[in-house]
Amino acid sequence: MKTPLRALLLTVLALGGTFGLDPFRNYQLAAAAACFAAVAGLTVLVGLTGQLSLGHAVLMAAGGYGFAWAATAVDGPWPLALLAGLLAAALASGLLGLLLGAAAARLRGPYLAGLTLALVIALSAAAGALPLGGDQGVRAPFFPVPEALSALIAVEQWHAWLAITVAAAAVTPLAVLRSGPAGLRMRAVLDDETAARLSGIDPGRVKTGAFVASAIPAGLGGAVLAIATQQVTPGGYGLAFSLSLVVAAVAGGLGSIGGAAAGAVLVTVLPWAADELAALAPAELGRRLDGNLAVLLFGAALVALTLAWPGGAARLLHRARALRFATPSTTTER
Amino acid sequence: MDRLLFLLAAGLARGAVLALFALSLVIVWRAARVVNFAQAAMAAAAVYAAFHATAATGSYWIGLATGLAAGALLGAAVERGLMRRLPAHAPLPGIIVAIGLVMVLQAGLAIAFGPEHRPMHPPFSQRPFVIGGVPLLSPYDLFTLGAAAAVMAALALLFNRTPLGLRLRAAAFAPETARLAGVRVPRMVALGWALSAAAAALAALLLVPTELGLNPHAVDLLFVNAFAVAVIGGLDSPAGALLAGIGTGLLVSLVTGYASASAAPLAVLALMTLVLLVRPGGLLAAKEARTA
Repeated sequence: MKTPLRALLLTVLALGGTFGLDPFRNYQLAAAAACFAAVAGLTVLVGLTGQLSLGHAVLMAAGGYGFAWAATAVDGPWPLALLAGLLAAALASGLLGLLLGAAAARLRGPYLAGLTLALVIALSAAAGALPLGGDQGVRAPFFPVPEALSALIAVEQWHAWLAITVAAAAVTPLAVLRSGPAGLRMRAVLDDETAARLSGIDPGRVKTGAFVASAIPAGLGGAVLAIATQQVTPGGYGLAFSLSLVVAAVAGGLGSIGGAAAGAVLVTVLPWAADELAALAPAELGRRLDGNLAVLLFGAALVALTLAWPGGAARLLHRARALRFATPSTTTER
Repeated sequence: MDRLLFLLAAGLARGAVLALFALSLVIVWRAARVVNFAQAAMAAAAVYAAFHATAATGSYWIGLATGLAAGALLGAAVERGLMRRLPAHAPLPGIIVAIGLVMVLQAGLAIAFGPEHRPMHPPFSQRPFVIGGVPLLSPYDLFTLGAAAAVMAALALLFNRTPLGLRLRAAAFAPETARLAGVRVPRMVALGWALSAAAAALAALLLVPTELGLNPHAVDLLFVNAFAVAVIGGLDSPAGALLAGIGTGLLVSLVTGYASASAAPLAVLALMTLVLLVRPGGLLAAKEARTA
C-alpha cells in the first residue's frame, strides 16, 4: 500500500502546486505530465527488460487519436466523454503495444530499436493512408472548466489538473507492477533468459506483457496531450519528439520512475528555454538556432551521460544511498 | 508493361544504393557488434563536405573524394572517441550514444549550414535512355549502379581475399584469439568503422542528387530503409544485404509507381515486420547459439 499512498500524496501536492503557476507554466506542466506518463512507461520497459523502443511517440499518438475519436463520438456529460476517451486511448495504445510486443519478444536489441524507428518514420504516411486526417490531424474536444470551479481557476490550470490526475492514474499501476512479482520476472528475464526459463518464466510472455504495460501509460500520455492542445497531428509525434522521450528516460536513469518525472520536466522546459535563448541571438543565427539548439544540447547530454554512467543519473543516486545505508544493491549493471 | 519496365529499372538503381548503405551497416555490425544509428547523420556530414569541396573547386570528382575521405575520418573518429569507451557486451549504451550523436550532428549541421535544401548536381544526365520506346535507365543511374557494384565487389575482395581482410574478420569474430595471434584488434575495429562510414557516405553521395537536395535530414529515409534491408537480409550477411537491397529497391519503386510515394515507408515496414516474424534473425543469418 506504500506506493499508492505516496502517489496520492504527490498528486495532491502537484495539484496544489498549480496555484503557484501562471497559465503558460500550467500549460507546460500539462505537457510535462503527458511526457511523464510516456517516459515512465519507456523507462520501465528499457530499464527492466532491456527492450529499447524508439517509437513511444507513436504509442502516444495512438492514444491521442483514440482519445480524440472516442471523446468526440460520445455525446453526453463531460466526465463520460473524458472517460470514454481515456478508455479508447488505453485500448488503442495497448493494442499497438501488444502487436509491437509480440514482435519484440522475438527480437534482440538493435532489431527492435530499428523496427520502432521505422514505425516513427511511417507514422505520417500512416496518417495519410488511414482515416486519421492526414498532416492536419484530427481535432480533440475542448474540456472547459466546470461551472463550480470556473470562478476559481483558469482553463490552463484545469487542464493541468486533468493532466496530473490522468498521469498519476497511468503511472501508479506501473509503479506497483514494477516493485511486485511482475517486476521481478522482468529483471530475471533481463539478467539471464535461460535461467529465467529454467525457473518457469516464459521470457516471450514477460517481454510482450512489459511492452503492453509500457504502451498504455504512453497512450494515456497522448490523451493528456490531446486534452491540453485540443488536436492530434502526426507532425507532433515525429522522430525528434520520440528521441526526446529516450533522452528523458536516460537522463532520469533507466528504470527509475522518479527519474522519469525529472526527465519529462527537462525535455519539456529545455526546448522552450533554448528557443527563448535563440530569440535573443541576431536574426539569421536565431533562425538557425531555433529548435536546433535544444536538440544539440539533448544529444550532447545523452552522449555524455551514457559515457559517464551507462546506468543513468538515478543509478548514481541509488548507489550513493546504498553506500550510506550499507545495504547491498540488488540491481545489476546493464 | 512499359511502366512496369521503367519502374523495375528505376528500382534497380535505387536498390543498389540501398544495398550499399545496408552493406555499410553490416560491416560495422560485423566489426563491432553495434548497429550504428548515427550512420545517416555521419553520411550527411560527409555529403556536406563533398558539397563544399565541389562548390570551391567546381569538380564533382574532387567533391566525391573529399566526401569519402570525410566519411572515413568521421567513422574512425566516432569509434576512437566514443564507441571504444563504452562497456562491451551490452548493446544498449552503444545504441543510445549513437542516437545522441545523431542529434548532435544533425542539429550542428542545421545550425552551421541552415535548414534549406541545397540542390546538388549529378555529374551525368538524368534523362533516361529510350530503348524500344520505353524510357529505361539514365546515364546517372548507370553510374550509380556501376559505382555501387564496384565498391561492393572491392569490399568483398578486401574482406575475403586479402591478408588485411583476414585480420579484419579475425578481429571481429574472435578478438581475444586474434590479439594473441598478433592482430592489432583496436586498429582493425577503427578501420572497420572507417570503411563502413565511407561506404555509407558514397551511398548518400549517389542518392542526394536524385532527391530534393542536401539537408541535414536528407539521408534519414535512406537509413531507415537500409536498416530494414540489413535486418531483412540478416545483419551479419553481406550477400543478404545485397539481395534484400535490390528486392526492397524494386518493392519501393513499384509501390511508389502504382500506389503513392507516401505508401512506400509503410510497405517497407510491413515487409520488415513480416520477415522478422517468420525469421527473427533475417533471411540469410547464421544460426544463433542455442539458448535452451
